[in-house]
Amino acid sequence: MARASVTRLTGRPLLSRRQDGLALRRAMPDRLLPALVAAMTFLAALALAGAVGASLLAQRWNNGAAAIMTIQVPDADAPAATGAGKRGDAVLAVLSHDPAFAAAIPVDRARLAALLAPWLGGAGGSGTGAPALSLPGVIQARLRPGVDPPADLAARLESAAPGTLAERNQPWTARLVALTRSLQACAALALLVVTGVAVAVVAAATRAGLAARRHSIEIVHGLGAGDGYIAGRFARRTTVLALSGGIIGTILSVPLLLLLCRLGAPFASGAALPPTLPDGDLAAYLSDALARVPLPLWIALPLLPPVSASIGWLTAQFTVRAWLRRLP
Amino acid sequence: MIRLDEIALRYPGRDPNRGAVLQRISADIPSGGFRWVLGASGAGKSSLLRLLSLSLKPTSGQLEVLGVSVNRARRAALARLRRRTGTVFQDLRLLGELSVFDNVALRLRLDGLPEDRIELEVTEMLRFVGLGRKLDVRPHSLSGGEQQRVAVARAVVHRPPLLLADEPTGALDEKQAIRLISLFEELNQMGSTVLVATHNEALVRRFGHPALVLERGRLVSHG
Ligand SMILES: Nc1ncnc2c1ncn2[C@@H]1O[C@H](COP(=O)(O)OP(=O)(O)OP(=O)(O)O)[C@@H](O)[C@H]1O
Ligand SMILES: [Mg+2]
Repeated sequence: MARASVTRLTGRPLLSRRQDGLALRRAMPDRLLPALVAAMTFLAALALAGAVGASLLAQRWNNGAAAIMTIQVPDADAPAATGAGKRGDAVLAVLSHDPAFAAAIPVDRARLAALLAPWLGGAGGSGTGAPALSLPGVIQARLRPGVDPPADLAARLESAAPGTLAERNQPWTARLVALTRSLQACAALALLVVTGVAVAVVAAATRAGLAARRHSIEIVHGLGAGDGYIAGRFARRTTVLALSGGIIGTILSVPLLLLLCRLGAPFASGAALPPTLPDGDLAAYLSDALARVPLPLWIALPLLPPVSASIGWLTAQFTVRAWLRRLP
Repeated sequence: MIRLDEIALRYPGRDPNRGAVLQRISADIPSGGFRWVLGASGAGKSSLLRLLSLSLKPTSGQLEVLGVSVNRARRAALARLRRRTGTVFQDLRLLGELSVFDNVALRLRLDGLPEDRIELEVTEMLRFVGLGRKLDVRPHSLSGGEQQRVAVARAVVHRPPLLLADEPTGALDEKQAIRLISLFEELNQMGSTVLVATHNEALVRRFGHPALVLERGRLVSHG
């Protein structure tokens, strides 16, 4: 309480305490900088949402169509070359023992026949007669997420039942995955550009502050303030301004992101959703929308303000230290 | 110890034909010495003090201040050296944004002193120079002499090992000037090295002490 009593003793207000002489409060563009950083953060949030959305879709496609392999076993009912049982069973055993596959299920004969009936003639509409050709046994195998089929699969299938064909439903999904990759690359590029612009904006604001306070800085420098002290004052100020801009931009981005997440929901989860605002029940609409925001986005969004603050701090430090080199 | 060895100074952009502002200056000033810096207007007194306060770098020659070789020192070492120096600039260089109190307190805040000590020391210092009632005033609403005393208070409040004062009494009356130089002498007796540039011959005669005399950028006598 020493300070308080001393202050009372001299009867002076506490308000003038701890002035650093640089008066940066007035020297920095304290409305323009947060506004620009807010705009940048808003764009970054959109780019992030795009990247997260694209990667979720890519994941889903990878786990879906791209993960299915179709295996055809000619003469599936014939006895296998080695061991007991049929050829079809031998192939099934290979697939179910392979750790790359999560499941391997034979396609029902009758269903296959029904599917192929229009092409193979057979009984057409009337129905139940044996097909003209002997149908191969068909097995659908599901790869574990993110796993490619083993390189020696074809050889192992061949030795279990010669003539077996394994096919991955890949070309179509490969194209989709390539598309999502390029979407992600675009998002990353957008983030990079936004970061670059943010750095340029903060640097310009800092230089404006330096120019406005040139005289004071020279005096404080002359009194023995180190580069770190002066740069620290500027960095503190830009950090506050950039942080507030970051928070504003992030908050502004949330409504748009909720809307996007709702629109994207059917692609991401396959679940149906009410297409319009359910009878004016805003709370239900919002909680539904919130539940659809993917987890990575929940993690990335709160990081945006601290990241913009860090960009502000780093850029100011760098700009001021470079500028101070002109002083002896 | 201050050592000047063949120091020359040119201001950048100054007509090169007009020659250097300071030329071939060599001198040693021992620690704890008191020196006047004398010479006609334009002789280079302020320029010499600017070199010693590290506001400028010499164009050539070796400079050593408080045992630190200025030519070779790193930026952080130069900043530390500036904090150990108290300077009254001829143009005062007070911070217009700050109160009188904060102008003086900044000096101590840069050294990281605790606020309650700053409060005591600054208040006492400003009382001594007769500004005890003007702590919360901005410098621009002070008279010239009052501003000069704020600058002096800021220069001596931390009892620096080196005090450089450029015309510190220019705007003061005789009585105040004597009081101020007495303060400098007190500091000098406590071990500080003191250099005072002045035109006030009465003051020089009154207090004695050796002088560095400059004439058109050359040192014509020292000691
Ligand atoms: N910033 C500057 N740029 C260019 N030339 C300068 C600068 N400052 C001083 N000079 C020149 O350097 C010379 C010495 O100036 P200085 O201020 O050191 O003189 P002084 O002895 O302090 O004079 P006074 O007694 O009038 O204060 C002068 O000729 C002046 O024109
Ligand atoms: Mg001068």
